[in-house]
Amino acid sequence: MDSRPSEAELAVKILVAGGFGAGKTTLVGSVSEMRPLRTEEQLTERSIGVDELAGVERKSTTTVAMDFGRITLRTGLVLYLFGTPGQDRFWFMWDELAEGALGAVVLADTRRLADCFASIDYFERRGLPFIIAVNSFDGARPYSPDDIRIALDLDPEVPVVGCDARSRESSKQVLITLMGHVMTAMAKR
Amino acid sequence: MNDHEWLDEEAGPVVRPFALTGGRTRHGASDFDLMTLVVQSSESRYGSLLLGPEHEEILELCRMPVSVAEVASSLDLAIGVVRVLLGDLLTEGRISVRAQAPVAQFPSSRIIKEVIDGLQAL
Repeated sequence: MDSRPSEAELAVKILVAGGFGAGKTTLVGSVSEMRPLRTEEQLTERSIGVDELAGVERKSTTTVAMDFGRITLRTGLVLYLFGTPGQDRFWFMWDELAEGALGAVVLADTRRLADCFASIDYFERRGLPFIIAVNSFDGARPYSPDDIRIALDLDPEVPVVGCDARSRESSKQVLITLMGHVMTAMAKR
Repeated sequence: MNDHEWLDEEAGPVVRPFALTGGRTRHGASDFDLMTLVVQSSESRYGSLLLGPEHEEILELCRMPVSVAEVASSLDLAIGVVRVLLGDLLTEGRISVRAQAPVAQFPSSRIIKEVIDGLQAL
């Protein structure tokens, strides 16, 4: 099998992260044909004092649902969007999702900014270029990008943009901003 | 009255996910990255494996190259399950596997510019 990267089949992988309810599903769905992707993971629990088998490891599975979208940009150039699982206990999925990713969008809800700290930490540690997209929610007080940058303790070069995840045009702009940032980050290396 | 009205979403799946794979949760054949493309083999050699309906569904789906993630989401099966089933098909020579080149591995500003243009044209 030819393992040389062929121009004919290029894949761009982008992660969409953010707290539970920040609009990941909405963003992936507004810009691509979104379908849920399930993964079944083995959890190992120790049963304690149940019977003689106490201490024997009991296995059970847990379902993790993620959002998955695909955009064909041209023949042989496909963009894949993966929404990261919302809850912290699914961290084990992140390394697989981040493998081969080009960049990430962290969706922020200004009413619960702290929800995106974990994603930001993760991408910073991995050295994966990311941007912050502040999803507009009715009733949320508008903050300036600078306020958000300070609140999230971001590096000055990380773009902060406002968006409406329900709008295809707005979500497109978010992805375009990310690509621009990826290109800048590349030039610096 | 429906005898099975107690079977709802909350009760979980009636068939445990890995029942489809005979309890196997791993397959040694390949890693099957989410973006790996799988495609039906043109010259499928006669296999000894009895294909289950899920195997057949996968074969149907990958007449044209599709990513592992798409197979899993189209069939609404967990990725782990799909990986085992794909491993069976690969061992039997019914599919072949083609890695897609993640742009992240060989990033070039030309390709990224193309991505931006492609997004703008959506």
